[in-house]
Amino acid sequence: MIGGPQGSGINASAEVFAKACSRAGLRVYANIEYHSNIMGKHSFYRVRVDDEDVRSYKDKADILVALDQETLTGDGDHRRWATHYGHLGEINEGGGVIFDSEIGFDPATAKRPDLRFYAVPFMEIIKKALEEVGKGEQARRYEVMKNTVGLGASLALCDYPFDLVAEVIRSQFKGKRSEVGELNVRAAKLAFEHVKQHENAKEFPYTLKPGGEPKARILAKGYEIHAIAKLKAGCAFQTYYPISPATDESVYLERQQREYNLLVVQCEDEIASINMAVGAAHMGVRASTATSGPGFALMVEGIGFASITECPGPVLVMYQRGGPSTGMPTRQEQGDLQFALHPAQGEFPHVVIAPGDLRECYQDTFSAFNWAERYQMPVIVLSDKKLASVYTTIDKLELRWPDIDRGEVFTGTEWTAVDAKGPNDSGSQTGHNGNGNGKMDLANVKEYLRYAFAKDGISPRSRPGVTGGRHWITSDEHDPDGHITEGVEMRVAMMNKRMNKLKLLQKAMPQEQQYFLHGPKDADLTVLAWGSTKGTILDALKALEAQGKKINFLQCRLMRPFPAEAVGAILRSAKRIVSIEENYSGQLAQLVQEQTGVMIDQRINKFDGRPFSEDEVANALAKVYDGAKAEPVVTHVH
Amino acid sequence: MSINAPAKPLTLKDYKSDLHNDWCPGCGDFGILTGIQMALQQLQIEPDKLAVYSGIGCSGKTPHYINGYGFHTLHGRVLTVATGGRLSNTDLTVLALGGDGDGYGIGAGYFVGAGRRNADFAYIVHNNNVYGLTKGQASPTLSKGKKTKSMPEQAIQDGINPVAMAIASGYTFIARAYALEPKYLASIIARAIRHKGSALVDVLQTCPTYNDLYTKEWYEGADLPEKRSRLYKLEEKGYDGKVQDPTDEQEMIAKKAAAVARSYEADPIPIGVYYEVELPTYEDAVFQRIPALGEKPLVEQDVFHRDVTPLLEGMR
Ligand SMILES: Cc1ncc(C[n+]2csc(CCOP(=O)(O)OP(=O)(O)O)c2C)c(N)n1
Ligand code: SF4
Ligand SMILES: [Mg+2]
Repeated sequence: MIGGPQGSGINASAEVFAKACSRAGLRVYANIEYHSNIMGKHSFYRVRVDDEDVRSYKDKADILVALDQETLTGDGDHRRWATHYGHLGEINEGGGVIFDSEIGFDPATAKRPDLRFYAVPFMEIIKKALEEVGKGEQARRYEVMKNTVGLGASLALCDYPFDLVAEVIRSQFKGKRSEVGELNVRAAKLAFEHVKQHENAKEFPYTLKPGGEPKARILAKGYEIHAIAKLKAGCAFQTYYPISPATDESVYLERQQREYNLLVVQCEDEIASINMAVGAAHMGVRASTATSGPGFALMVEGIGFASITECPGPVLVMYQRGGPSTGMPTRQEQGDLQFALHPAQGEFPHVVIAPGDLRECYQDTFSAFNWAERYQMPVIVLSDKKLASVYTTIDKLELRWPDIDRGEVFTGTEWTAVDAKGPNDSGSQTGHNGNGNGKMDLANVKEYLRYAFAKDGISPRSRPGVTGGRHWITSDEHDPDGHITEGVEMRVAMMNKRMNKLKLLQKAMPQEQQYFLHGPKDADLTVLAWGSTKGTILDALKALEAQGKKINFLQCRLMRPFPAEAVGAILRSAKRIVSIEENYSGQLAQLVQEQTGVMIDQRINKFDGRPFSEDEVANALAKVYDGAKAEPVVTHVH
Repeated sequence: MSINAPAKPLTLKDYKSDLHNDWCPGCGDFGILTGIQMALQQLQIEPDKLAVYSGIGCSGKTPHYINGYGFHTLHGRVLTVATGGRLSNTDLTVLALGGDGDGYGIGAGYFVGAGRRNADFAYIVHNNNVYGLTKGQASPTLSKGKKTKSMPEQAIQDGINPVAMAIASGYTFIARAYALEPKYLASIIARAIRHKGSALVDVLQTCPTYNDLYTKEWYEGADLPEKRSRLYKLEEKGYDGKVQDPTDEQEMIAKKAAAVARSYEADPIPIGVYYEVELPTYEDAVFQRIPALGEKPLVEQDVFHRDVTPLLEGMR
């Protein structure tokens, strides 16, 4: 774990270390905690490394690198209400603490006699490295290298091969900057040697060895995976308005614009973002946007608009963060499931899917474009801050991507797809150009109708510029032409037509993308959860299984249309059920109750803005397993 | 906008849908509809290559009466949807239209945003000083102290100046016209469509049902001791709002200032082209960044065979 003020580069050193481990065949799970602030406030990064898959963080680390006093003891000394108490309590028995000797910290005050403390003269080391290239007097300008010093020092403790890390540092400073890279390697090396000489560093209990052999793995963050899936799915138009933690995805795509012929538009607000994307989707391009709670709150009218007009999109990646209102912009929460399910006025079809890890982020984001076009409705991919920013190894994504499915498209050459089953408009107007007045006989309409009552309810879509595919779209209720209607029969027929598409979609979607039962079929306890807690729960279950506890885990992924029958059947046959969610009320539990009639009385919730640790989940579940009532609230205070 | 004329000349009828019109008898919107159709006919724009976007209001229904691709969107959001459409297919002619409430009130942010962008479309605002479809409340162009017959009290807020707002936002073609003079209106709309960049045509529109202040008779000056129109055409007074040299910043500033000064003239009210300048559009900037989009529009790009391996390799 490395901590320091924002802007001090802790993420750079944590990520260099993560890379050096991943390249050597180890598995990595790294996550950052930071404030909604640019410079100065406390942030920290945890890097967990193992030979086997790691999908969550643990309460305690083996080594702490502190770039400042606050990382050690918290901010109670300069804030009326402390936001945290430092990380000394989050170090394993006998672990190591590396800190900048300049801060003048006295280890005796730590009340952790078991820990080993290393005061490292960060600035002196930087100065020494600079002196070697004749720039000793510029040390203050290179203060940002403190993070590298911290990294070098920690490598000495865990005895990880220095060269593996040096290689990563060099690869990050290429070309003209290679000189700076060398300087960083030098500073890290000096720190490494400084700690190695320490009497106290011998026989440090926590060591790390490179993996057996390097694997073809990548180390990625969720926002990158969402973005790459969009590229691969043929998204051509992305809109956004800056907001944490969604912005990274759009900026990443913006960087790829020239290479992939994709247009990224920074809009004046989220209302513009969603509606521009709707305009693009109706024009026939695969369009998307990304936002988080406050932005989503502005987008809602556009979602209903997309749905009533049977727009082939857009795809919206919604990165949940701590709410309500501005809430906790950079912190984790699964607080927007019910909001995503009911975003706007009236009743309309849309898809909500919640991926549980990076692989699912990529599958669901890709599929979302296919569903949007085939079923002509907006799709919400419900991601979150944790998925967006987690930095973790994944086996190289198999490049067998799903096929592109653009749904039913009117090409302008033939038009036969009209089913006569729609209601006849009893009025004297058909409204369609050239169709004349008189009773509407849908069976004999020879012209293209955008909202024709096709057999399965999906009318082939057209787009401006297509000869003969002319039509109107309106946010009002409409007839097959797309003209406004308030007629009773047409209203009922159009509502049925739109809503029925959800059933079609559910039938066509692979079951494992809808829900998944992890672990034994037959268990004493069934965990019900969704989204980014997946990895944490799987890690915790592995630990509990080793203790002989038989627990399985029902992961819900497709939230709308909800696979009520299948989920209900699994839950009805479960002995006991407990839900785990990172929100206050248990929003999935509510959804399951509503959809299946199965009551979820035992709920474990956490809403402190931090994701569950493996230990928190394991401890909470162990208690429930042993018969205790679920503790309704878990918070991370050590 | 560049326009390709079709083989067989199109007549006015080709731009009319046969949907029954539900505006009040005598509504100024009829004049605007005719003006739009006349302009489209003059320019011989193929209906299949035309996309007309609107907001919500009486005015918002206009696309349904036009033969072309019609998008009747949300209250205030018309320019956002139109921009998304326009940028996705740069081969089409894009028209946006809506009410004064729609464009200058609830949609004011997007009005400004569109001006900053200068994407290529014409935006026609039906300026009737009231919220027509919600039964005649004060719109953002009604001045403080005014009261129409539909309002219980005088307007308590002041009105905005659409021309000045457009100048400040960056529109590159700014004009005003009158709904009940469709021929002149059509000539202005045709110029707005032909203009490369964001063009605003603010159309003074009568609403016989709710606006009893600014009626046909009022515009005609029937109440004046000596009857004379309350409108005059800018070009007839020797005014020319066109910037001759867009690289000359001084000229541009002078023309903007002149346009704003004219826009505050209340009696008679100037109609015609207040300001016009040819500047690079949003599309130009996009084409510079992404040259492929200059060759064919986004919607025709093959984006379904992208190789993302280099991105994944970079994550090793
Ligand atoms: C978000 C939203 N708020 C309010 C309305 C109700 N509404 C419908 S039309 C309208 C005003 C129309 O006035 P204007 O834009 O000037 O158009 P006009 O009817 O005068 O042509 C309003 C407020 C709405 N449709 N959507
Ligand atoms: S209310 Fe006014 S603007 Fe609306 S249709 Fe009637 S006359 Fe026209
Ligand atoms: Mg109005």
